[in-house]
Amino acid sequence: MPTIEVPKEKWNGKVREITLGATAAEGGTRAKTVTVGGETTLPFLHFEGEIPRPPAIAIEVQDRKPVDWSPVLLEAWGDVTEDVAAWTKAAAEAGADVILLKFSLHDELSPDYARQVLRHVLDATGLPLIVFGPGQADLDNDVLVAVAEEGKGENFVLGVCEDKNYRTIVAAALAHGHLVNARTAMDVNLAKQLNILISDMGLPLERIVMDPTTGALGYGMEYGYSVMERLRLAALQGDGMTQQPMLVTPGEEAWRAKEARAGEGVPQAWGDWAERAINWETLTASTLVESGADIVVLRHPESVKRVRGMIDVLMSKSGVTS
Amino acid sequence: MALSGLEIYKLLPGSSKNPEVKKHANCKECGFPTCLAFAMKLGQKQAVLAQCPYVEEESKAKLEASAAPPIRLITISANGRKLEVGNETVLFRHEKTFYHEPGLFVRVKDTQADAAEVAKAVGEYMVDYVGMNLTMNGVAVEAAGGDFAATVAAVKSACPLPLVLLVEDPAAAEAGLTAAQGTQSLLWAATPDNWEAMAKLAAQYKVPLAVRAAGGDLDALAALAEQVKGAGVEDIVLDPGVRDYDSSLAAFTQLRRLALKHNERNVGYPIIAFAGDDPVLAGQHIAKYAGFVVLDRFSSGTVYPLLVMRANIFTDPQKPIQVKPGIYEINNPKPGDPLMVTTNFSITYFSVANEIESSGIPGWLLVADAEGMSVLTAWAAGKFDAERIAKSVKTTGVAEKLSHQRIVIPGHVAVLMGELEEELPGWEINVGPREAVDLPNFLKMQWG
Ligand code: SF4
Repeated sequence: MPTIEVPKEKWNGKVREITLGATAAEGGTRAKTVTVGGETTLPFLHFEGEIPRPPAIAIEVQDRKPVDWSPVLLEAWGDVTEDVAAWTKAAAEAGADVILLKFSLHDELSPDYARQVLRHVLDATGLPLIVFGPGQADLDNDVLVAVAEEGKGENFVLGVCEDKNYRTIVAAALAHGHLVNARTAMDVNLAKQLNILISDMGLPLERIVMDPTTGALGYGMEYGYSVMERLRLAALQGDGMTQQPMLVTPGEEAWRAKEARAGEGVPQAWGDWAERAINWETLTASTLVESGADIVVLRHPESVKRVRGMIDVLMSKSGVTS
Repeated sequence: MALSGLEIYKLLPGSSKNPEVKKHANCKECGFPTCLAFAMKLGQKQAVLAQCPYVEEESKAKLEASAAPPIRLITISANGRKLEVGNETVLFRHEKTFYHEPGLFVRVKDTQADAAEVAKAVGEYMVDYVGMNLTMNGVAVEAAGGDFAATVAAVKSACPLPLVLLVEDPAAAEAGLTAAQGTQSLLWAATPDNWEAMAKLAAQYKVPLAVRAAGGDLDALAALAEQVKGAGVEDIVLDPGVRDYDSSLAAFTQLRRLALKHNERNVGYPIIAFAGDDPVLAGQHIAKYAGFVVLDRFSSGTVYPLLVMRANIFTDPQKPIQVKPGIYEINNPKPGDPLMVTTNFSITYFSVANEIESSGIPGWLLVADAEGMSVLTAWAAGKFDAERIAKSVKTTGVAEKLSHQRIVIPGHVAVLMGELEEELPGWEINVGPREAVDLPNFLKMQWG
């Protein structure tokens, strides 16, 4: 009887290992750090390479109760969305490895305000942080510079760096001991280019997380999916500028979709609102985990549970055949 | 796996070690000056093997096998509804495309009182996604100790979709196949214990047969497929007997690689996967190489996202989904509400439409024919210029629906403003935000 040889690919590249957060011994105040990256094969193919650690799950909390979130989400979190410290604690309890603090856009947003919010969050959790500005270049710069300084040495991921606005954020990361999130619009070459631009400023590649941009299920997910597969293949083939761990934001994208937001006036075939909405986020996230995401940012606690369940099994090496 | 011209040459008389065959080398009877020239033409599919009368039997078998698709196309059907899976050629969709969407099935048991009811709901389910009608593909009826034949008959009359018969006892299988007559069902499964009887049934009833090995043992799986094939069954489906995320990913990836890159004919068939009631696992099966996915539960709020996911993953990366150019009404707009223009690239359209829709602001969205490109790409390629925008304003007759002559153009093409003013005399051109996400704010602030 013929014996089938396990078909293995030979890879000579490796995803960079990046650590989020810093403990007291490392110059920060975090109770624990989280390291991502280090893969030497495609996602979870334990039979041909190393997947040294699971992808990390970040939960997004905002500085104040979001005005535009789906009721399905707000109900799941309850009152804690009124208070960023309480929300942070709840997110940690819901299973986050990392907390993503997102500043929303409002009149009170200022550097001092940002420092205060950051303090509350740092006090509320020992987990590493990712901090995102409100998404407008000037304000992002103001907020992130203040946050970088206030949390000096904490090894946050500061975001979002884009080709049209990265210098100030990178400089703040350099000055105060942080990492950055480099976001490009679903394109392999743009992703490489921004990594180059940022490392040219002196920030080592070990401090850059790459964000290829997420499209939600039904809204362009397959573009992000394929770009991530191509980036990961390039990384494993030894292209040094594609070897950054990848961060994606399926929570934000999926919950912008009408399928997640709208409970009324939708086709009956869409089914139960909460069921559909959570599936929307979970499937967006799980598909991106399969294509190489190292950090997934989620919003709904149930999605966190399901994606964690999936990752746990994928890391169990039950599929290794000798 | 297709052979190159040189690989083919090694199988032709010119390379033969048998002097009786070798003596024909370059005899030109094939119509080409040399065996090598003929080999090259064969490789390019511009000649057929039969043109050379001297190819040895062994070589012929190899050449014919190499011409067959690496993953066999399997068809099942019922009442004119057909499902084809297999014939895939790549591991990653960006390398070319994935061709045949895996079939989504819902399992019912013959001990289940509402089996026919579930089957009916599965058969009737249809949902619109970017103008496509997405549907389920069938019902998997399991022999669980009830009246299998009666359940198959009831499911068949309640639902027009193809069936998978989940049964291992050959007697029950035959009863099920008889009840399913008139359809082309998939029979699951032949195992090392029952394969002879199951193969006989599959051959007799002319249905595809799934072979099942235990716990991801691909050797056993390949051996079983070979045995079943030897018994006259050509249409085979593989069940490597794994059920969780990790072992499915490993086994399915290995099977796909073996078929595509290692020319392993005995596993050159589609895979059947069982996702239980976990949509996330079903999602993995869709993206990573299943041909049939069996769900334990049918629920609209779960199958809708899965069907959309399948449509996304199986979209040809070279042919992005486009939306029809024209005028789209969002949130029941009135004549005084804003008019915006964008391109007919589906993702562009949906991100714009989605933002407007969820903001609650009523508006008219004019979708120009930009050959399915996004705003920036289309502009760079000359497919989204003042002339095209003006043309779509005129041909859609949108002006008649409005009480104003104002149009918002995407911020990325602000440079078109002057030209557009010339193309649309009397119109006021407003430059909107660059990103769809900023539209609601823009409309609140700027439109009044
Ligand atoms: S028929 Fe053509 S391929 Fe065959 S032996 Fe003659 S020259 Fe070679």
